Amino acid sequence: MSPDVAEAVAAAFRAEWGRVVATLIRVTGDWDLAEECAQDAFAQALQRWPRDGIPDRPGAWLTTVARNRATDRLRRAAVGAAKLREAAAMAPEPFEPVADDDVVSDDRLRLMFTCCHPALAMEARVALTLRTLAGLTTAEIARSFLVPEQTMSKRLTRAKHKIRHAGVPYRVPPAHLLPERTPSVLAVLYLVFTEGYSATAGPQLLRPALSDEAIRLARVLVALMPDEPEALGLLALMLLHDARRAARTDDAGELVPLPDQDRSSWDAAAIAEGAALLETALRRRAPGPYQVQAAIAACHAQAADPADTDWLQIATLYGELSRLTPSPVIELNRAVAVGMANGPAAGLAIVDRLAADGTLADYHLLPATRADLLRRLGRFDEAAEAYRRALALAGTDAERRFLHQRLAEVSVPG
Amino acid sequence: MQYMLMICGDETAAAHANDGCEGWSEEMEQRGVLCGGAGLRPPADATTVRVRDDRLQLVDGPFAETREQIGGYVLIDCADLDQAIEIAAKHPAARYGTIEIRPLWQP
Repeated sequence: MSPDVAEAVAAAFRAEWGRVVATLIRVTGDWDLAEECAQDAFAQALQRWPRDGIPDRPGAWLTTVARNRATDRLRRAAVGAAKLREAAAMAPEPFEPVADDDVVSDDRLRLMFTCCHPALAMEARVALTLRTLAGLTTAEIARSFLVPEQTMSKRLTRAKHKIRHAGVPYRVPPAHLLPERTPSVLAVLYLVFTEGYSATAGPQLLRPALSDEAIRLARVLVALMPDEPEALGLLALMLLHDARRAARTDDAGELVPLPDQDRSSWDAAAIAEGAALLETALRRRAPGPYQVQAAIAACHAQAADPADTDWLQIATLYGELSRLTPSPVIELNRAVAVGMANGPAAGLAIVDRLAADGTLADYHLLPATRADLLRRLGRFDEAAEAYRRALALAGTDAERRFLHQRLAEVSVPG
Repeated sequence: MQYMLMICGDETAAAHANDGCEGWSEEMEQRGVLCGGAGLRPPADATTVRVRDDRLQLVDGPFAETREQIGGYVLIDCADLDQAIEIAAKHPAARYGTIEIRPLWQP
């Protein structure tokens, strides 16, 4: 096969897998059948595109092939009259493009909302989204979340069973439910992104494939829900963070803290796109947590030099974020910003309040932040002790190496 | 689809036993989603039955001595889980107790 055709099939897989599965689920009502038929359609493409050429509309071609395959499968499996009726209702279609783009788009949004239904556990929502919308294999998802493949397979099966047996509707929720349901879709995509951007455990600090999938899915969401400013905010946030990916670790895989990153290796195009998306979102005048976080990321990304960072603005934005979604982690971030804007003592006061509160007792960034503020105040003994506490809690090797380095710095006399 | 709403609460929920449903039953009756239901007397009045090796075993009390116990149930017939959630969330007991939604086996 020519590399062109192989590339065309790979590109079609990335662009069309979710659409094909989404449509097949609507047509057949059977999630497993939909996945299997989508797989068959891509296998057919590998065989036939080298011979027949790449179709003008690969998505429509793949959907038609998958639909016909589903019809065949249902016919063959039809032992009872009910199944036959189902099959008869799905007449096979010619290889002419059938897909009305609007309907296909709606299918994908339908699939997103169903995968992210709040009646499913968060980890099930994430797994289902990656499998059905992004087309990751069960093995790939299992590897990404560091669980055995069998565990992931069970998780997916259980989620699909619940959708079928508990009557989770396959639809975009009606307008009055959107305000409570959209945040779940955004949260799932953001969780996939952050898991890729900053792995919570294991030797690898970054798992870029997950970040890329999350950005791709967020683009789809923005296209399908153009009036949702938080979807724009989320995409902006991801792009602004992801723009710094290359600078976040050095050649040895060590974590490079923000002030030490080589800003020339930040992706200027991604930063510009993220900032523009954020502008568009903010013009809707419906602020939300993703827009505020994107605004914070933009402050960092647009500072030409660490010293140019507008820490006062960042501290204000964290205050706003704290108001929208109160959480000790956000308060910790506010402490860092206040420590930069108003001096380490002001930051330390917030951190000490959080430490007394006890809710972040197992979170390594609490002692790590405290250590950094103490170090800047010249209180090296206390800083060293805090670095040691952070080390005991840190999850990834790169984070531990960074903390060891800092510990060594404050431990050297003079 | 048919669902059973199991209304659970701890002992403080008993205080609500005679509250009535603040118009919930009337609304659901009107929407035609109610298939049946009842409030249950407290677990202290329960008897648990098992037959093992053809021998009847009776226990004074509920399945398990958990903090939350079923205090009532409603059988509903509605379009999908979203509707079942909406119906359950409107029930006054959702504000002081917990409502478990269980789909019935479909024939």
